[in-house]
Amino acid sequence: MSLPPFSYAEIEERLEDMFVELMPEVIQHLTEFDIQTQDALLVLVENAAATSHGLAFQFGERLPRAFEIMDLDTIELWLNQAIDVFDSKGLYGAIEKLDELESVAKHAQEKLTGIAFEDVAGILEHFVIGLNGRKLKIETDRECYTDTETLFLPSMVNQFTEKEDNFSLYKCMTVHLWAQTWFGTWRHDLFETLEQFENQRRSLQWLHTLEAIRLDACIQRELPGIHREMIRLCKLANIKPLSALDIPHTEKLKSTGSSVEHSLDILQKVYALEHPENIHFLGRLKPELVEHRRNIRLAKEKDLFRKAIAHILEEKTSKKISSLSDEEKKSIKAEAVPNPDVPEGFSYKLELDGESIEPPEGVSSLMDSIIQDLGLIPDDYLVAAGDGGYHFEKDDDKPDSKNVWSGTYHEEGAFLHKEWDFKRQRYKKNWCAVRELDVHTAKSSFVNETAQKYSGLIKNLRRTFEVLRGEDKILKKQPYGDDIDIDALVETWADVQSGMEMSENIFTKMHKEERNIAVIFMVDMSGSTKGWINDAERESLVLLCEALETLGDRYAIYGFTGNTRKRCEIYRVKSFDDLYDDATRARISNIKPQDYTRLGVFIRHFTQVFADVEAKTKLLITLSDGKPEDYDGYRGEYGIEDTRMALVEARREGVHPFCITIDREARDYLPHMYGKTSYVVIDEVSQLPLKVADIYRHITS
Amino acid sequence: MIQAKALKPEEHFIDEEPYYEAIGEEIEVFLAAYQQQIPILLKGPTGCGKTRFMEHMAWRLKKPLITVSCHDDLTASDLVGRFLVSGGETQWVDGPLARAVRHGAICYLDEIVEARKDTTVVIHPLADDRRVLPMEKVGELLEATNDFCLAISYNPGYQSVLKDLKQSTRQRFVALEFDYPSSELETRIISNETGIDEDMASRLVKFAHMTRNLKGSGLEEGASTRLLVHAAKLIKAGISPVTACHTAISQALTDDAEMLSAVNELSSSLF
Repeated sequence: MSLPPFSYAEIEERLEDMFVELMPEVIQHLTEFDIQTQDALLVLVENAAATSHGLAFQFGERLPRAFEIMDLDTIELWLNQAIDVFDSKGLYGAIEKLDELESVAKHAQEKLTGIAFEDVAGILEHFVIGLNGRKLKIETDRECYTDTETLFLPSMVNQFTEKEDNFSLYKCMTVHLWAQTWFGTWRHDLFETLEQFENQRRSLQWLHTLEAIRLDACIQRELPGIHREMIRLCKLANIKPLSALDIPHTEKLKSTGSSVEHSLDILQKVYALEHPENIHFLGRLKPELVEHRRNIRLAKEKDLFRKAIAHILEEKTSKKISSLSDEEKKSIKAEAVPNPDVPEGFSYKLELDGESIEPPEGVSSLMDSIIQDLGLIPDDYLVAAGDGGYHFEKDDDKPDSKNVWSGTYHEEGAFLHKEWDFKRQRYKKNWCAVRELDVHTAKSSFVNETAQKYSGLIKNLRRTFEVLRGEDKILKKQPYGDDIDIDALVETWADVQSGMEMSENIFTKMHKEERNIAVIFMVDMSGSTKGWINDAERESLVLLCEALETLGDRYAIYGFTGNTRKRCEIYRVKSFDDLYDDATRARISNIKPQDYTRLGVFIRHFTQVFADVEAKTKLLITLSDGKPEDYDGYRGEYGIEDTRMALVEARREGVHPFCITIDREARDYLPHMYGKTSYVVIDEVSQLPLKVADIYRHITS
Repeated sequence: MIQAKALKPEEHFIDEEPYYEAIGEEIEVFLAAYQQQIPILLKGPTGCGKTRFMEHMAWRLKKPLITVSCHDDLTASDLVGRFLVSGGETQWVDGPLARAVRHGAICYLDEIVEARKDTTVVIHPLADDRRVLPMEKVGELLEATNDFCLAISYNPGYQSVLKDLKQSTRQRFVALEFDYPSSELETRIISNETGIDEDMASRLVKFAHMTRNLKGSGLEEGASTRLLVHAAKLIKAGISPVTACHTAISQALTDDAEMLSAVNELSSSLF
């Protein structure tokens, strides 16, 4: 038998416990549900209250309406979306999101038959890169359009009742937008041309239709499979396919060699006609957006290209660019060569004095991109410029750690990581901003002093670690192998002669024992390590480095410290690529206590670092002195649960976490985070340097 | 009962001309290097025609071709030879490299970087002007005749840093770089090799270019000419183009489900 529902007073009391006040009519509404639903809803209110009481109040206000149009799961989804927005934009943004409840409900309904962008984004991304031309990104927006660098698609397609058809439509939209960039819709300055018309909306609409007809014909020639899909979809939706539209003067558009100029010509003729209704589902043209993007790109690429030209000239002539005459600066020519693979029918190669030049890495794609915009390489691009100190930025998305305080809300130049909120049982997206900083390399005698202090121990360590080092061994008397073990053979032969059974083990085999270990040490640099803990940590690192150098394992050392989620800092002491040289030694000496210990974010960061490292065993060792704790609520259960989650993620990626701590109370919480066997508590701080290398030996052999 | 023909490696002559379209001057360079007794290194992505080129050259030179596919367990004795036990006695058996030297054949070590570093070193004395193969175990020094030719291949594209070719090895060779042929040539190769019509061949090439666009964005390698030939052969045998591309190309390129559907979508948009 189920329990009776909560009464008005009971609900009010529970809300009071959460310090949330709701309007009486909302509470009244809540009393009408059965107890399970009431309980679920109150938990949601509590979740909201854990983030902000304002949000909980706003959420409660909208609950009655939400319940009319959504089921419980959708309500939870809707609230979670609002909480996500709250994290990035604050209460006002979250309230806006809450106000979108109608569309959330509609979206949830659509999701049953439709296809959501996020489900197919992975496929479409690869798909569009596979098509020719500039590498395009895809994102969602309310409409379907392109700015020539990104294709914007609706976040949901549910035009048809079958999922496959909806996916097909996504694909067709993608191809049409791609076709705009590949078959030169944007090569003409459409913005300017359209301004001549009185009714710009109308002219734009017409132009889009004309271009769609032209591109449709191009697609029919190049990608007949897609074209067939388009026609099939049109039939399903009961609209005329583009190729069957009866619009005067458009025959020309369907032939090979037609360009956007033809569409513009025809636009003059058809402008006065009434635009047919409902003829395709291919979104809109947005010349103003393209204009902006294109101008930025043209300027950037012109600059890059002229620098690249200068670089090539400097190499060919062995002269500084500044010492070349104006004539010489123009001596590289772009020669057109027929190429049936591109719509123009021509591609370009660079020539110097009649000799063709192989463009360096990155320049070919730069040329392709320029040709895609302009159809050719204009003469003024071929004038060398700049200092010739040309570097092609392959990866300009990489955050620059120097921009610490620039950008909105100090996030520029940082790596963003999520964080687990155990109360919400969800991740907070892009919650923590991590920056990699360098430790000073000021000279210090610390390392030498340590080496002297522990010279006996270091010798001992080297000896023990040398034993661990993998070496080739020839195994004798093997059943299979590369070569005959003559000794064994003679013995066996003698055995056979004396009437005994013949042994099969007469081969030698080369056995290669490779240690394929990569390890990152993350060292707690929180304020609480100040004093002798910090000294002990640094001493341990010195001894460890000595040992690891003998062993030949790849290792990296980073210090970490946090001061709220916006300032998580990693100090690079030694990356995998750095040698154990004077600079590294100096950095070890200069590890200094800083702020707090936020742990999960760093574990996530280093798990990511490990993703680029190829090793059989990946080990993440934390040297710590206590519980994770940071200024903005990252303490107690919250910090422990987040760290635990980060460790779970790390293990999933094949990283073995291990913790060495000097916190004697660690036995209470470390087993929960690291597991029963993956941590060691050292009771005496002074023991740390002696133990760390030893522990490392144990866990890696 | 039908039995497969068993041949000794040094008897592997190529009698019929293997179909090969030159991309550049590789045939001339190879011939010149052969006459001057310089070993040859073929570089290039998988399936672009390196092995076919070797067969073609073996046919031209009328020399037996001994191919060794290198792997990471390949030892020096696998190449040079070893003692085997037979009837209570040990008996020396030449490895493929020693055979090639003895009989004046062409020895082609395919994917040389896959072999262990200590193995690679045994070819050093053969690959410079000494042209000898020391066989320590039998106490012999095998001197190569003018007919012998050493060629190795490797794919600089996907090997890890651990598997790079040592400078001391690579600096002994004349290097020929192979790449995918131009679309026109590739179309011709495919239609000649398999007999499908030019139009279908050019579509296959277009599809190959799409997958090559994806190299580095989720695919390790684009579709090679060899894969195109496979697909074309299936098409010729009556399989629909879309299915042929799925089975012969997409599945060969990747196991990643998302990438697979993207590549499949690309192929079905073309046919």
